[in-house]
Amino acid sequence: MARITAGVASSHVPLLGVASDFGKDRDDYFGPIFAGYDWTRAWEKAEKPDVVVLVYNDHASAFDMKIIPTFAIGCGERYKSADEGWGPRAVPDVEGHPDLAWHMAQSLILDEFDMTIINEMDVDHGLTVPLSMMFGKPDAWPCKIIPLAVNVVTYPPPSGNRCWALGEAIKKAVESFPENLNVQIWGTGGMSHQLQGARAGLINKAWDNMFLNGLIGDSDHLRRIPHIEYLRETGSEGIEMVMWLIMRGAMGRKTRALHRHYHVPCSNTAIGHLVLRPDNGEGLDMTGSGTATEIAAE
Amino acid sequence: MSDPFDIHDYLAEFEDIPGTRVYTAARARQGYHMNQFAMSLMKAENRERFKADERAYLDEWPLTQDQKQALLDRDYNRCLDLGGNVYFLSKLFSTDGIPFAEAVSTMTDMSFPEYREMMMKGGRSPEGLRSIREKR
Repeated sequence: MARITAGVASSHVPLLGVASDFGKDRDDYFGPIFAGYDWTRAWEKAEKPDVVVLVYNDHASAFDMKIIPTFAIGCGERYKSADEGWGPRAVPDVEGHPDLAWHMAQSLILDEFDMTIINEMDVDHGLTVPLSMMFGKPDAWPCKIIPLAVNVVTYPPPSGNRCWALGEAIKKAVESFPENLNVQIWGTGGMSHQLQGARAGLINKAWDNMFLNGLIGDSDHLRRIPHIEYLRETGSEGIEMVMWLIMRGAMGRKTRALHRHYHVPCSNTAIGHLVLRPDNGEGLDMTGSGTATEIAAE
Repeated sequence: MSDPFDIHDYLAEFEDIPGTRVYTAARARQGYHMNQFAMSLMKAENRERFKADERAYLDEWPLTQDQKQALLDRDYNRCLDLGGNVYFLSKLFSTDGIPFAEAVSTMTDMSFPEYREMMMKGGRSPEGLRSIREKR
């Protein structure tokens, strides 16, 4: 059967894509941000996932105000990088996994999550920046990607509790797929940031770190945080963090942290990054999860 | 099952956050054409037409005079008041060729260098900016 072997959380600031594409990723400004992903890039090479379910939000690229799906799953064969106003990023096309994606869509709908199904769309920085952070600059992305888009722009976005429950249903859907596949789930966006109004530039390190701590171990208290708390504590765009809860919900009851990184600033935003392993006796020790050096040596 | 909620309380609380306009259904309705206008700037040929004659391009859209003026003035706080959303307005930032953070800084009381400096020092503290009513 297919199984979810790890969860990854990461910010998806567009400027990181620019830094990667124009070779600025080791300069004084971006160096400390990208250095926090070195461990993960080595680890991903060793883990060799077959598929990543990539939870992200579209930023007025594939979806405009005409249609606003709360949860949408990409069931297509292939997705191109979107032109967000300055030409598409020069990154490889994203290859989908339609068999698993359609299987998930069916299972989720039967599980009472009424998904929107997408067969064709372009994918923006919300999806391609995390790929660059985790995989660097390959000629082709090393695995298939199932885009899972969440509305976190027009209020109300889904509740944290609903996101967590969707994650639980995704775990069930993946585990009922007969083929042996190593599947990861990534939750992207966040952490604290506000891109508008007089309060723009808000950063809340204490809250962000409380949230990172809450994803580790067996507590599920984060699913009860109301939207107003994200807005007050983490800025108007901090609400993206509900997407991390979809990833967390798919990890089962308990997790352990393999890697953690936090940095301020990247443009207007606090960068957060966490790699989690489900820790419920699954024995999912794909690479030994040792230090970055050990993994890179494999 | 969801926790009990009251939609009126849910929406009312958004008005208690200083310096913030939450993109609610009311704003989405008010700003529908403004945001769709911004969306049209994702196409290179539209960007060229807009740059050649901004007023004429805006006149093709069913916008209010206030909305058109706010866009012409690049008065982004006013755009937000009139239903704009920053992810849509960002298509105008890129048409103008200015960094996202610079456009964001124009909505604050700081210059771009001052704003950048604040971000380098760890960003704006949430202290005193969480709630108007509760002054915290």
